[in-house]
Amino acid sequence: MIDVRRLGLVSYAEGLELQRALVDDRKAGRIPNTLLLLQHPHVLTIGVKKDGRQHILAPAEVLAERGVEVFETGRGGDVTYHGPGQLVGYPILNLDPDRRDVHKYVRDLEEVMMRVCAEYGLAAERVKGMSGAWVGDAKIGAIGVRISRWVTSHGLAFNVTTDLDFFNLIVPCGIADKAVTSLALQLGRPIPMAEVEDAFIRHFTGVFEHSPG
Amino acid sequence: MPQMGESIAEGTIVRWIKKVGEAVDRDEPLFEISTDKVDAEIPSPAAGVLMDIAVKEGETVPVNSVVATIGAAGEKLEAAPAAVAAPAAPDALETSDDRQKSSPLVRRIAKEHNLDIGRIQGSGLGGRVTKQDILSLIESGSAPSFDSPATRVASDRLAQDRPEPIIRGLADQVVPMSVMRKKIAEHMVVSKRTSAHVYSVFEVNYSRVDQIRKAKKDDYERAGARLTFTSFIAKVVVDCLRQHRVINASLDGDNIIYRHDINLGIAVALDHGLIVPVVKGAGEKNTLGLSKAIQDIADRARAKKLNPEEVHGGTFTITNPGNFGAQFGLPIINQPQVAILGVGTIEKRPVVVDDAIGIRLMGFLTLGYDHRLVDGAVADQFMSDVKKGIENFDPAQA
Repeated sequence: MIDVRRLGLVSYAEGLELQRALVDDRKAGRIPNTLLLLQHPHVLTIGVKKDGRQHILAPAEVLAERGVEVFETGRGGDVTYHGPGQLVGYPILNLDPDRRDVHKYVRDLEEVMMRVCAEYGLAAERVKGMSGAWVGDAKIGAIGVRISRWVTSHGLAFNVTTDLDFFNLIVPCGIADKAVTSLALQLGRPIPMAEVEDAFIRHFTGVFEHSPG
Repeated sequence: MPQMGESIAEGTIVRWIKKVGEAVDRDEPLFEISTDKVDAEIPSPAAGVLMDIAVKEGETVPVNSVVATIGAAGEKLEAAPAAVAAPAAPDALETSDDRQKSSPLVRRIAKEHNLDIGRIQGSGLGGRVTKQDILSLIESGSAPSFDSPATRVASDRLAQDRPEPIIRGLADQVVPMSVMRKKIAEHMVVSKRTSAHVYSVFEVNYSRVDQIRKAKKDDYERAGARLTFTSFIAKVVVDCLRQHRVINASLDGDNIIYRHDINLGIAVALDHGLIVPVVKGAGEKNTLGLSKAIQDIADRARAKKLNPEEVHGGTFTITNPGNFGAQFGLPIINQPQVAILGVGTIEKRPVVVDDAIGIRLMGFLTLGYDHRLVDGAVADQFMSDVKKGIENFDPAQA
């Protein structure tokens, strides 16, 4: 069973704190597997990789002017942007004992995003060597995971109606020569976030729920 | 370097959380690794003091290589030459690794000077420590000597089981084992060491099920399944396991665990190995259900699309050595089960029917079983029922 919590707009710092607490709870068995769905105000986040900072192209003044915070986090991956209109998912799952395979976990997260795209008639795929969900040459969903004693935190970010302009502030995920896209951009119309959240929950459960027996 | 997944062969140290000289508790976060988009915090396997860091931040090493050494508080780690693994246990003054790494003369020199060969990087073939190596180390005064015990962090277990040094010819091709191969190797020897393997072989007449198979073939295809000999065997086996519950059990110390569910493992040969996906709840399925389930997991096993939980939890395994023509096999039990059925090749053979020679479709079935729990009479009774079940299969059950 997966406990889904829709949190709405949450500051990045708050998100980090909440995840830390939930990871502890999950390790102690006080909560079941949990999925957080939320959005962040404009923020750039850097993963554990050393090059992260270098991939922020805009100088500090520009970032301040546009109200963009910068955070160093403990998740894997390079630099990325989060903002309103982007569905952020933080699954807090215990992968022990049946799912102890981090590559498979990343592929499963990709699978969820690919299925959501498929539901909207969009063919998304994974690309070997570049994690995430891709529509052609452009990335529609990004992944950055942290694992502590097989309990996951951080997770994925899926562009629904994200203002893709903000990605120009960085080299997303350190990949310089590929574009970023969103569901709205691909379909040529705005899509209500609640609807995408519903689809996401359905497909997440489909991929991650243990089959009975 | 821990194993973070089936296909993951290496990891990169991103950050040492503890520094050399710091105390660390068991399960306290020790270092962080990264692979692809995942950053993982790795807990310490033991309590003590971090004595030595062998792999620096930013370096990538294969899974299971030693990345650090944790020792008891107050121990001193001898300064060792570059690229040296953690010190060996002192009560084994000469380990099997040492014998593999050096000649008797070198070992004698080492013993005379109380030196630990396990910690010397040799310049000989395969890292062997030559006489020159050890003499020059002694001269330079920096040879690593024995000291008190320390714990390896994630050491390579398979190497320690080798009794004789393996000589590599110059033209021989050296290929590291894949993760799957290592797992299979380990499982097989552990199983042989654990169970008291005994085998019973029965010859079975498949004529009747062959007729039923031909009659029901189209029905099954329409239902999206394939009716094969395995389908019949699986159905009969499941029915017999219900009657002979000790064959569907496990041993846990001094306890017998009689499994409630019958989860049938079906061995599938892959390109470079084998895997045993499990049909859960096989006891609840009819022949059609079993056919579908077996076909599904076998296909997905070959396409590498199995979920991790689908290779766990089996209570009995069926394997098919006859697939490639073997008359019968003597398979190794899939721990922690207590029995395994090997299906030999099914072919037309001359047999005695009503005191005359007839031609029938025959095949051998081998039951490998663990004599710690299952006695010969019990195993043979089970197999006798399986044989009867196949030879008298009720078409209505297909």
